[in-house]
Formats: sequence, structure tokens, C-alpha cells
Amino acid sequence: MLLKVRNLGKTISGPSGRTTILNGINLDLDAGASLALTGESGSGKSTLLHLIAALDGFDAGEIEVAGNRLSRANEGKRAHLRRTIVSVVFQQFNIIPSLNVQDNIALHAGLGSKSDPAWEHHLIDKLGLRDHLHHFPEQLSGGQQQRVAIGRAMAMRPKLLLADEPTGNLDEASAQSVLDLMLDLVKESETALFLVTHSLEIAKRLDHQIQLKGGVLQ
Amino acid sequence: MTRFALRAILSHWSLHPFQLAVLLIGLSLATGLWTSVQVLNAEARASYQRAENQINMAQWDILTSQTDLTLEDFAELRRRGILVSPVLEHELQGGSKPIKLLGIDPLSFPGLEVILGTDHAPSTDPLPFLLPPGQVVLHPETLGDLNLTQELPPYILNASIPPGVVFSDISFVARFSQQENRISYFIMPSYQPLTQNISTKPPSRFKLQKAEKSALGLSRLTESFHLNLTTFGFLSFAVGLFIVQGIVSLTFEQRRRLIRTLRCLGLPLSKLVLFFLAEILTLALISGTAGLLIGYFTALLLLPNVSATLSDLFDTEALTYLHLRREWVLSGLSMACIGALASSAYAFWQLWRMPILLGPSFLARGQQSVKGYGLLLVAGGFCCLGGVLVFQVIGGLMGGFALLTGVMLGTALSLPYLIAKILRCGSLLAQKPIFKWIWADTAAQLPGMSLALMALLLAMATNIGVGTMVSSFRLTFLGWMDQRLSAELYVTARDDAEGDALEDWLHQQRITTLPIRSTEFRFEGQLLKIYGVVDHTTYRSNWPMLSAEDGVWDKLARSEGILINEQLARRMAVGLGDQLLLPETWPKQILGIYSDYGNPDAQAIVSMPSLLALAPGAENRRFGLRLAQQEVPSVMKKIQQAFDLPNRNVVDQASLKARSLHVFDQTFLVTGALSILTLGIAAFAMLTSFLTIWNQRLPQLAPVWAMGIERRQLAFYDILRSLLYAALTTLLALPLGLVLAWVLLHVVNAEAFGWQLPMHLFPLDWLGLGFFALLAALVAAALPAWRLSRIEPSTLLKVFANDR
Repeated sequence: MLLKVRNLGKTISGPSGRTTILNGINLDLDAGASLALTGESGSGKSTLLHLIAALDGFDAGEIEVAGNRLSRANEGKRAHLRRTIVSVVFQQFNIIPSLNVQDNIALHAGLGSKSDPAWEHHLIDKLGLRDHLHHFPEQLSGGQQQRVAIGRAMAMRPKLLLADEPTGNLDEASAQSVLDLMLDLVKESETALFLVTHSLEIAKRLDHQIQLKGGVLQ
Repeated sequence: MTRFALRAILSHWSLHPFQLAVLLIGLSLATGLWTSVQVLNAEARASYQRAENQINMAQWDILTSQTDLTLEDFAELRRRGILVSPVLEHELQGGSKPIKLLGIDPLSFPGLEVILGTDHAPSTDPLPFLLPPGQVVLHPETLGDLNLTQELPPYILNASIPPGVVFSDISFVARFSQQENRISYFIMPSYQPLTQNISTKPPSRFKLQKAEKSALGLSRLTESFHLNLTTFGFLSFAVGLFIVQGIVSLTFEQRRRLIRTLRCLGLPLSKLVLFFLAEILTLALISGTAGLLIGYFTALLLLPNVSATLSDLFDTEALTYLHLRREWVLSGLSMACIGALASSAYAFWQLWRMPILLGPSFLARGQQSVKGYGLLLVAGGFCCLGGVLVFQVIGGLMGGFALLTGVMLGTALSLPYLIAKILRCGSLLAQKPIFKWIWADTAAQLPGMSLALMALLLAMATNIGVGTMVSSFRLTFLGWMDQRLSAELYVTARDDAEGDALEDWLHQQRITTLPIRSTEFRFEGQLLKIYGVVDHTTYRSNWPMLSAEDGVWDKLARSEGILINEQLARRMAVGLGDQLLLPETWPKQILGIYSDYGNPDAQAIVSMPSLLALAPGAENRRFGLRLAQQEVPSVMKKIQQAFDLPNRNVVDQASLKARSLHVFDQTFLVTGALSILTLGIAAFAMLTSFLTIWNQRLPQLAPVWAMGIERRQLAFYDILRSLLYAALTTLLALPLGLVLAWVLLHVVNAEAFGWQLPMHLFPLDWLGLGFFALLAALVAAALPAWRLSRIEPSTLLKVFANDR
């Protein structure tokens, strides 16, 4: 089992006291499999993704990614996990505006010392970015930017790809194209995919679907 | 509407109190340093004015005699064409302190207008002073010490004369003190006419007592000192304004949405501009007032340095306290307002041109800035060219400062372009993705950092330039002193008779003696001192010649020509081989030009026979002695025993050099202090830039953090980036500083002081300064880096929030 989540709970402090965001979450994901998480805005989807990505801490339960227990991991170990095992694709793309396409794609793999130029070239061709290698993000369309983000995430051959509404900022045609590419690539590289979306249409294309409501899995 | 609009505009500051604090601090610091320089300038100028306005009897040459002086002596001196004015002294007893009553001849006394006038209105009407019952003039402080029961004429109070002295007409003092037909001494003003026989001297029974070196006539030097101080003050002010400009631009940028909304709600653009204008002027007045206080206390801190410089170099009175003067209060507040308006002018211009519905985003603004680097480079080029042109056309001191301003401003404007190019090269050369990111991210921050880096560039270049100038000057001065003070011992006799006896004694002791004899007179409106030298190997091997004909010393010994100092050569625009049109039969052919640092006056050297032939009365009191170093203490002791000379009349070379060097070092204390302050402000400008771009940095840092770079690593990279900026700026500041040093040494010094100096390079000093700049960058980056290392993950995650 690549991903195991057990009795996960997360609360945050606010002006009106502590609020529970996630409560008693349990889920599993095998290597190479894909899982779609749906739910309404504010249901805690992104928070769950952030916790699995070792970006934030939790109050209760456990998350285990490729044998790494996150409740016991310090910041160094969490960072190492993000550099070598987990990749994230965000709705807002969040690619580095000061780097060109080629350098953006090479960045994450380089940080984890997992650079593989042949694989990067393959990704560039597959994502249709060959003609844009020296372009900067501001010179690309939204669809192209998200393809760069997918390329960057996949270049380090992650065991688990986490995607947070990856098509949320794109028009329908671009969204279809980006999703096709992503599913194709995770299948090709046998990467597990955990995808957060509010679209049931998109969710149906993945192996498994779960729904989050009020911080609890339905 | 006005109230609501103003409330909306001002609400920005409650959301961003840090920006408000930085804006106020930046403007206060800028105004403060400017004010401190103005305070010191005003105080020093007032001190010169007091010195100019005061009667100091030691400012004139005085003729005395071992026998009593009488009216016949006065008549004889006048018949010889020598301008003198008689003075009769008498001590008044009976008061709380003894007071000196000085009788003067109002028709010939050189400082009459000061005695008869007041502080603000000098007078030349001598009648009330001359006619019965006459007048006595005294300082207000003297009044309390005076016994008014004595039969003195009516008194006039005048603060321009020294306390403890009372002036009156000489005939009254003669009657009062029962010293008819007596004169105590004669004053000999410096403006003696160049008579037909310039060697005319008072008969030998008169003893000439030379005037003390005074501040009067040194306006050229002091003006240069103040110009230097003002330039530094202005530079510090400009560096402070860089901070203000950065913050004002940011606040306008952040209020774009508000501006758009207010305009959509019907607020006219002109009114909006007026509100912002009122806001910036109010802040300027608040900062200006704080700046006045900062300036006053900074001036208090710098006062000992300035006082030491002025009193040691220019012999002016020491400055001990500061007055609250209207001129620097007004100047400080005006500069705060002008500075605030100047630094917000661009933001106002953008506001005026902003379309009602569209304002470029931060990112777009950054791109415009990158594109704008090319334009800045062109503008910088024009500034440099303009400075060079002005220098070529008008030349002189103002031309030199125009050249400095043009080159410094031009280079500062070109800085972002040059740094961007270097960062681009670094990015291309980097192999590892993390280094590529660091180079690229450093370049991405440049728009937000460029003003602070310009400030750092100016501060660094000034430090390098002024440091190189001062160190070059010091090195040259040391070398020059070794050449000029080549005798091991310098002895000064009390008078010519003692001088003759001393010379004979030295010959008997078989000590090599170099007589130092001179005469002086007015030549082409300036005081010219001509020395005579004996033909000796000391001069041949050591004299600091800038240029000389072949066989110069042989020709000089044959009285075929004259050596002149650099100051005289520059003022008269003459060179080797030219004729100096001196009167009489003085040698005229210029055989050589020598350096003469520290001396504001014209000077020349002829052979001793030439001097004695044309000025036989040249005093023979000073001697340089050539000795083995180990003999110096014993010879000093023997001379003091044989002639009972005071210590100050027998000075060894080492003491003389140490004293001169002390005076030299005092001269540049203020400049050094201001350099460090300017660098401190530049470091503060860097800190404010780092803090103001903080919020814009998070969207760029968060993705890298999400890819597995720890927060403390990101903080470390931020410090590395700051050090990179400082290192690049230092590299570019170095050539600029050297240009500055060259202009100071070759143009400004030559114009202000009359001498040029060779430029020396001091790489170790640059290393030290570079280290200081890196330290400043480290300190500036430390706080933002610490914040970054401690930032909550939830804050970083907000960057990825879908509804952001």
C-alpha cells in the first residue's frame, strides 16, 4: 500500500474557537492506482491533500506515504519526502515566473537529485512544450502553464502525484487535454494519483472515487 | 465626500503601520543628516563671522624696541613709507580685575570700523571718538570689572572687541596715564604698499613681532571644507530619499484598487491628487520635525570632530555649543517637503495617467521595470555625458562637482541594467536547478531592490572615493614630509642676534647647518614668501620637485632662476622655463616647481646669495640641523643649555612630523563619520526593501517550499541573495569610487587648495569596505530571513488556496 490514512483529524484555531476541518479520515491507495476526492467548497478537500503532501501538520491519526509515517516526521524528513516521493500540481499552476519552461520542468527533479534528461525530454515532447522551452510563464496560456506544472511534477518520477483542481482554471477544451495528458503520464510511469476535484465527470475517469462532506468521508 | 474619501485613503496606514513607520523614519533620517550638516555649517560660519568681527591685536605684525618709542619714531617710520599705527598701553587698576586701556590713533588704526561700530553695523566715523569729551569702547563683560569712579569719557559697549580691554583715543590715554610723547608699540598692517625699494625695512633698533596665524584670509579653504560637508549632507539626504521613494511607490501601488473604486464612485482625479498631496506633505512635516531633532543631536555628536578640524587646520575658535537657528530649521523642513514631493513625483505622475478601469498588476509592473532598465541605462549615460560636458565647458570647482554628480547619478541609474545582465550570465552558467532558481529569483527581486542598491552603490562609491582620496593624500603627505623635513633638528632663535650667535656656535660644534631665511611681500595681489637656500646635498637629494629643468640645483646655486611652489604655478598659470615677473632684480626664470601641501600661500625659493642681496634684512633665526639620529637628544640638550631656548624652539623631526600628522588626521574626521552614517542609511534602505517586498516574495517561495526545500534553507538562500546583491554592488562601486577619487584629487583639490595629488590604490581598504557592505547586507537580510525560517506552513499554503 502506497498511501495509508488512518483516523486523521485536523482542527484550526479561529476567532470563534477551534474548528474541525477533518475528522476520522481513513483511506488507502495502491501504487499506480488513482483516486478522486470530490466535495463542496470548504469541505476540507485541499486540506486533506496538503496533509498527504506533508505540507502541513495534523492533530490526530496517521498518514503513511511509501512507508514514511508523517506524524513522526520532522521538517527535514517532510521536505525530503516532497523532494523525492510526492509531487503536487496546483489549480493556480504555481510555476516559477523567473524560470523558463525548460528550467521549471527540471527544477523539482533537480532538487531531489533525480534528474533524468531523457525522461524530461520525453515529457516535454509528450506535453507539447518543445517549441516553448525558452519561454517564460507569462508568455504561455493557462493550459500551457498547467502542462509545465505537470511536467515539473512528473519529471522527478514521483510515487504519488497529488493534484488539486488541476483543471479548475482552464476552459473545457484545455481542461480535457490537460487531464488526458496527466492520466496518460501517471499510467505510463505507474505513479499513483490523488486528485481533488469538484467535477463528478472528471472523478469518474479515475479508478476510485470518494466524497468529503463537512470534514468527514461519505 | 471629502471626509469619506480621506478616511478611505488614510485607512491604508492602519492596515500597514510598518510602511508608515519606514516612510517616517526614512524621511526623518534623510532630513536629519541634511540638517546636521546645515547646523554645523551655520555654527562654523557664525564662528568665522565672530572671528572676522573681533579685534584681535595679535592679528597684526607689531614693531617694538628695547628703548622707549616716541612720536619721533612714528614720524621716521612714516617718512620711510612704512604704514604703522601707534598704540599706547596703560593698566587700569581699582576694579575687580586689571584692565588694559589701549590708546589708538583713529586715523591710522586698521580695525577702526570694528571698534566704532556694532556687531551688525560697522562704522568709520571717528569724530565722536576724537573730539572732547571722547569715548571709551569696551566689551559688555568688561563693564562689570571696570571701576567707573575713574575719570573716563562716556563709554560705548561693543561685543566685537575682546573682554578685558578698553579702547580710547591715544591722546586721551597719554594724558590719563601721564605718558605724554610715549608709544608702547606700532601696529604694522599687512597691506604695506609695494614701495620702490621693496627691501625697505624698519631700522634695526625696531624688533618685528610677527602676527599669529589667523583664520582671516582662509575663506577659500573653509569654503572648500563646507562644500565638502554640504556634498556629503546632500548625498546622505539623497540616499535617505531612496527609502522614501520605494515606500511611496509601494503604497500607491497597493492603493490602486482603492483609487479605482473612489474614482468610479465619482471622486474627481484632481481632488484625489490633492488629497494624496496633502497626505504626503503632512507626513513630510511630521518627519521634518523629527528630522530636525535627529539632525540637532547628530550635529552634537559630530561637533567635536568638526571643531577639531576647524581649530587645528584653520585656526578658528573651537565650537562648543549649538544655537537654534532659523535658517537650518527652515532648511530642514523645506528639504523634507521637497524630498517627499521629489520622491513621490513618479507615483503622482502614474496616478495622473492611470486609466480609471485598469491598473497594471505587480507582476506587470515588474516586467515594465525590467524593460525600463534599458531606458535607465540611456538616462544614466546622458547624466554622465552631461557631467563631463559641464566640466569641459565651465571647469573649476563647480565643474568638478557637476562632473561628480553626473557620473555618480549616471552610474546609479545604470546599476539595475548592469546587475540584471550579470545575474543573467550567472543564470546561464549555473548547472544545478537550485542555483538556476537562485540566480533567476535574485533577478526577479531586482525591481523591488534596485533603489536600495542604488543607495548602497552611492554610499559605497563615496566611501571608496573619499577613502582613496584621504589615504592618497595621507601617503603623499607622509612622503612629502619626509622630503621637506629632511633635517633632523629644527632650531628657532628668539631674534637675529641670538640667531647669529647660534649659527656661530653650531659651526664651532661642526654641525651641518641649513639656515632657513625668507622675505615676503605682496605680488599680484597675493602674499609671496621667498626663501633662500644654501647649496647643499640635502636639497638636491630630497626636495619634492614636481617638475624641474636639468641641472636645476646647479642653476639655482648660480642664481640663474627660481623655484616656485605648485600653488603659485597654478595661480599664475606658469610652467618650467617661463618668466615670473617679479620686481627688481629677483631671479625670474622658473627652474622647477615643487609640491607644497598644506600651505595656502604662494612660495618661492632662490639661492641664499640672491635672497641676501635683495633682502639683506631677512631674519636669521631658524636653522635645520643635519645630524646622526643618535646625536639628536644630546644636541637638543646642549642647545637648550647654551641658549636657554624654550622647548618649542628646539623641535626634532619626529615630533614635528607627529604634530603635522595629527593635524592632518583631524581634518578628515567629519568626512569619515559622515561616510559611515551614509553607509548605515544605505543598509537601512536595504532592510526596508527586503521587508516591503516580503509579501510579494511568498508566491515565489511557496512552490519551492512545496517541492521540498525547507524554510530555513529558503531563509539561508535569502541571505545568500542579499550578499550577492551587496557583492555585485561593491564590484560596481569600486570603479565609480575610483573615478570619484580621481576627480577629488585632480579637479576639486586643485581648484580648492591649489595642489594636485597622485592617486594611490588601497586594495586592503576596499576589502575591508566590501566586508562591511556584506555585513550590512547580512544584517539587512537577517530579520526577513528569520521571519521566513519561522513562517507558519499555513501562511505558505494560502498561496495555493484556490480562491486566492
